[in-house]
Amino acid sequence: MSDAPRFAPGAAVRVKDDWPERRGPCHIRTPHYIRGRRGTVVRPLGAFANPEDLAFARPAPKRTLYHVLFEQEPIWHEGKPADTIMVEVFEHWLEEA
Amino acid sequence: MAAPPRPESLALLDRLMAALEAKGIVTEAEIAERQANTDKASPETGARMVAKAWTDPAYRQLLLTDGKAAAEAMGVSMAGAPPLGVLENTPTRHHLVVCTLCSCYPRAVLGYPPNWYKSFAYRSRAVREPRAVLAEWGLNLPDSVEVRVVDSTADYRWMVLPMRPAGTEGWDEARLASLVTRDALVGVAVAKPA
Repeated sequence: MSDAPRFAPGAAVRVKDDWPERRGPCHIRTPHYIRGRRGTVVRPLGAFANPEDLAFARPAPKRTLYHVLFEQEPIWHEGKPADTIMVEVFEHWLEEA
Repeated sequence: MAAPPRPESLALLDRLMAALEAKGIVTEAEIAERQANTDKASPETGARMVAKAWTDPAYRQLLLTDGKAAAEAMGVSMAGAPPLGVLENTPTRHHLVVCTLCSCYPRAVLGYPPNWYKSFAYRSRAVREPRAVLAEWGLNLPDSVEVRVVDSTADYRWMVLPMRPAGTEGWDEARLASLVTRDALVGVAVAKPA
């Protein structure tokens, strides 16, 4: 069982600036370009078995998955100001911004 | 002439299948059904869903809130498929789908992904310079349109609901569906003009 979503639509969040791949074998669905970046929760998408455990055949508790919106320009230092990137991010990668 | 030796990989597959059946995890019939569904899937399915959404407001609502149910309503078997999310293009927002981490693609409704979708070039450029990528496809969007890149990173699969082209009033679903290309369903294009 998973808990109720911690973040509501519109919540300001920051993706953890964490790099587990530097610590050893892992399987991560959080792309590198949003680590440490601020975004806005669009909506929770439901709860899914944590792929970081699934990939290693460990018991995989369900975690809430969110659609999180980021501005393109601050990430790449190029592009049009109003353009955005929307990414599926698991709750354990998010903290309040 | 003697038949070539059977590859060891096939023998391994047989043993795996036998074990899965013995454990009651999956039957041969279920695998055959999944193979048939996979072979049947093509962008025409997504195009039919879009055409119906253009003509039927209730279906449009279902498509945007529960893509899986909307696919099932069109007779698509979604058993075991990931959830399907549908992204609505508007006069001020254009969606472009990419999977930067691998090649996640809504196969149940679009079939196999094209090779370019899986290429490093598309996966790295679509997320970083989407307007340049779209321009190479011949799609130059004005600054008044927000380009929203959707990176398919986890458990959902994403399909775009393109805007209905002007001049198609009164068209039936089959005729409308003929304007909806695979590329429009991924967001590297818009629906064909009438």
